[in-house]
Amino acid sequence: MSDNAESPTEPQKEESSPQNVASDSGDTAKTGERKKIDVLLKAVGDTPIMKTKKWAVERERTIQSLAQFISRFLKLEPNEQLFIYINQSFAPSPDQEVGVLFDCFGSDGKLVLHYCKSQAWG
Amino acid sequence: MADDKDVLRDVWYGRIPACFTLYPDEVTDREAEPFYLLLPRVSYLMLVTDKVKKHFLKVVKAEDVEEMWFEYEGTPLKWHCPIGVLFDLHASNTALPWSITVHFKHFPDRDLLRCSSSALIEAHFMSTIKEADAFKHKGQVINDMQKKDHKQLWMGLQNDKFDQFWAINRKLMEYPTEDGGFRYIPFRIYQTLSDRPSIQKLFRPVSSEGHALTLGDLLKELVPDVISQDDDPKKYQVVIHGIEPLFETPIQWLSEHLSHPDNFLHICIVPAPSD
Repeated sequence: MSDNAESPTEPQKEESSPQNVASDSGDTAKTGERKKIDVLLKAVGDTPIMKTKKWAVERERTIQSLAQFISRFLKLEPNEQLFIYINQSFAPSPDQEVGVLFDCFGSDGKLVLHYCKSQAWG
Repeated sequence: MADDKDVLRDVWYGRIPACFTLYPDEVTDREAEPFYLLLPRVSYLMLVTDKVKKHFLKVVKAEDVEEMWFEYEGTPLKWHCPIGVLFDLHASNTALPWSITVHFKHFPDRDLLRCSSSALIEAHFMSTIKEADAFKHKGQVINDMQKKDHKQLWMGLQNDKFDQFWAINRKLMEYPTEDGGFRYIPFRIYQTLSDRPSIQKLFRPVSSEGHALTLGDLLKELVPDVISQDDDPKKYQVVIHGIEPLFETPIQWLSEHLSHPDNFLHICIVPAPSD
């Protein structure tokens, strides 16, 4: 699924990485109105953990694009799947935007997502 | 109320006549006849098109066959949206049968999710029900169910068994009487003229003063432009299951009666016909 919201002024958004919150402050100031949300990524089971857990992510980024980013970050093999869950319960549709999910299921100013290499909650 | 129960049945058995034709560039051994099918509004394209696939595979060269996908007037059709939503969104106010183009090549990965098996449709369907229940009951009702109840919901949809499905689904429609409705209404709003994915937000069925909120209240909050001013000609139609419900309809009633089997109320906003 493409990132349909991609605008001509933001080339290659698919390729850009979410930003580590710690180093994000300067960038946020520059891009004032580009709204980002805080996403907390938690590994499930034997899926490798990410050293940096909290990321500032564009609201328009889709779950699929976030999953691709995590897969690349963890250097997963191309044939390895990655599942993302909300509330440790359901897998949002890959074309859903994280901003929308944050509005509905975020708490304490962040969206908690669990990721897993196998289906954790069926 | 007997009348309201009938609504559930009418929604379940809603059908759209469709004519499938093969994309002209597909290489065939002989001419491909179109294929006609009545599509259940509440189902998913990949769940009900085995016959379409079989029909066209007879004429398509085997080495050219990749994953099947569908398109309507240049728009790839998302199998993970209920069929009725795809029709209302893209083909409202057009002539029937709905004319769908079948492809076996050049899968549009940028626009569509791949659908390798019916297990994937089942996983998507169950996830959407769970998401809906997270809105309605913090997920407690669906999580308290047994595995076999989940299976019964899916089998009911897959085999088009209304009673089998609703025997379980009615539990997902319950709420404490004193609350007057669900915690939040699981809904998605789709707009033809927007390339953004659907809109969903937290929306309660009852106002803080305790009166029932309506479809109009929901639209006013989320898509205010859609509601035309008194004198303006109507610019948009708000369509659910092919009809335009009155804006005064309580949103809780709509959620209980006009939701799809995935427990979401799918609302399509399409341009009003100009004539």
